[in-house]
Amino acid sequence: MAETIGRSGQKADWVRLALSRDAIMIYAVVVAVLFASLRLERFASTLTVGFLLLDLIPVLLIAMPMTLIIITGEIDLSVASIAGLSSAMMGTLWEDGFPIWLVIVVCLAIGLIAGAVNGILIAGLGLQSLAVTIGTLALYRGLALVVIGDNAVASFPAGLTSFTTSKLGNTGIPTVMIGVMVIVIMFAVVLHLTPFGRGLYAIGSAAEAASFVGIDVARVKIKLYVWCGGISALTGIYWTLRFSSARSDNASGLELTVIAAVLLGGVSIFGGKGSITGVVAAVGLIGTITYSLRLERVSDVVLIIVTGTLLIVSVVAPRIFEVISGARHRRKLSTQLAVDRSAITTHTRSTAHRKEE
Amino acid sequence: MSAQEISSTDIEAVLATGSRPTLMTAVKRLLTAREFPVTAALVALVLFTYANNQLFLSRQGVKDLLLNATIVILLAVGQSIVIISRNVDLSIGSILGLTAFATGTLFVNNPDIPIWAVFVIVSLFGALLGALNGLLVTVARVPALVITLGTLYVFRGFNNLWAGPTQYFADDRPDAFGDLSVDTVFGLPIITLGALLVVVIVAGFMGRTRRGRDLYAIGSDPTAALLFGVPVGRRVFLAFAVNGLLAGLAGVLYASRFNSVGATTGNGIELDVVAAAVVGGVAIFGGSGTVVGAAIGAMLLTTITSSLTTLRVDKFWQQAIVGVLILAAIAADRIVKLRAERRLQTSEAHHG
Repeated sequence: MAETIGRSGQKADWVRLALSRDAIMIYAVVVAVLFASLRLERFASTLTVGFLLLDLIPVLLIAMPMTLIIITGEIDLSVASIAGLSSAMMGTLWEDGFPIWLVIVVCLAIGLIAGAVNGILIAGLGLQSLAVTIGTLALYRGLALVVIGDNAVASFPAGLTSFTTSKLGNTGIPTVMIGVMVIVIMFAVVLHLTPFGRGLYAIGSAAEAASFVGIDVARVKIKLYVWCGGISALTGIYWTLRFSSARSDNASGLELTVIAAVLLGGVSIFGGKGSITGVVAAVGLIGTITYSLRLERVSDVVLIIVTGTLLIVSVVAPRIFEVISGARHRRKLSTQLAVDRSAITTHTRSTAHRKEE
Repeated sequence: MSAQEISSTDIEAVLATGSRPTLMTAVKRLLTAREFPVTAALVALVLFTYANNQLFLSRQGVKDLLLNATIVILLAVGQSIVIISRNVDLSIGSILGLTAFATGTLFVNNPDIPIWAVFVIVSLFGALLGALNGLLVTVARVPALVITLGTLYVFRGFNNLWAGPTQYFADDRPDAFGDLSVDTVFGLPIITLGALLVVVIVAGFMGRTRRGRDLYAIGSDPTAALLFGVPVGRRVFLAFAVNGLLAGLAGVLYASRFNSVGATTGNGIELDVVAAAVVGGVAIFGGSGTVVGAAIGAMLLTTITSSLTTLRVDKFWQQAIVGVLILAAIAADRIVKLRAERRLQTSEAHHG
């Protein structure tokens, strides 16, 4: 560590910024987009932008609260089930003739409650989040089945579904992207610019120490799970409207994609490390690579190899760098130590000599 | 070892030493065993269902229950070895898919291949995939959750690439192979007997051998285990390889038991398996629990579906009930731990 401190004195801030993990993720996205645009003639088009972003939105949305939760050292595997539950509720309530605004409010409320249940079990009762959310993953998906069964509801108001897939002018950017960006920026501000956000890193690094400096760890965690439930429910609503279909299995399996994106974005699974920039870049990278390979007619089911490999490389590569730079650091230290030692010996010898005199 | 990680059985054992083992201590040990709640739940469930519908425990009924549980039992046993060492393997669903498809492919391409050879080849294939996980986890020293989430995708992707739309059906395999999951010995299906044998062997390994105990030590406190001279990396690697081997074996049995194997075989089963281990009393952060508990947990989770069907509970409620069951198991584990801690404190106060 001494090395990094010593170096930061010599290196300009912009160099460090340009070599940071977030920056590397952004380069990767830029390279992927450029490469795809040059290689695939159909890639650089407004149609691509539209579909790419529409596909990204669910992962991007849930990745926000997931980033915060993983930074505190916890995890939430139930997000996709909450999205499924909210989708199922939406279908059933709409079919029962409730006004759409009420349906949406109720679905969001259910998401918040589902998140609160997670939070209370984890932070309130002190149970492990990995185990609890495997349980609620089954429970919420089960409730989705109870609510809607085998049905699929498709008769949502045409205005709303076409709004969901509508684009801003002829840019190809989906209109809902504005809302998504607002949410992303809100999470970025909360995480990086508020004391609450700094507290999350503290909790992830050392929960006990965080509570000693006055952070109410349990309350913070419950809050995060509530947000996560709300955003997951919102994603469920988006999913339902985008595909004009409310089904119990909507968004199933999404939790692992989200977690893969968050970890690829440089968030440490042990907590205490990560940034929104990195995660957004990771979501973009996965989206771009997946979409370009899809244009090349590589089947979706094979494409998951890319997601998996990226995830493994993203955690193994820094470790390899760490080991290499660690070895170099140790070598340097030992040479330094040898120099110091010889200096000390000459020094002591000369003092001893003086004493003799 | 922190107080948290000492199971109540250990404490009972400590308290019981010195005094002669009486019937009371034996009963007490039984009641406080980690496997007790899950076993009691299973027995209660089976009896309750039986009381409502005698057909539940008919010859065929029992056979179905056991057949349904067999594959999950094998996977849960393997998974609990990994979880006990404070790791997790999310890629087993994908390993199951690859190995089940490999079984189908072997039979189609080599119609005359002996069945035992398929068992050996495919299990070793599973062990290889597990070893890859183990290698990544131990060499890169990256959390298993992340690595195996990655290999979950990679293995599944290769399965899709390899299988494409191809599916192999029971007709593609020799009758003798399919009969393994039809024929019974003393009313028990042959593949279930095989799985039980595996449970006994692995339980012996975990409970009685140096390597097995090392895994508990690693799960309780990896740093302490390392200081104590336990080769942590080698042991964790072994746990992953054995888990892969068992998943490979489960893949062969899957191909024997179910009609079709293809690109999506075993998709999503990983969370069920982790759930089975947790319900069976294996602590998710390692160090405690037994493979027998995990096997009973697997039995409980698969039996509940059949019971609910027998009891004519709406099938849509089944998954929700499984979710509640998992949560109850975690909460119960926590309560037992808290009680054990408190008892340990009082006993320490007495001795001190």
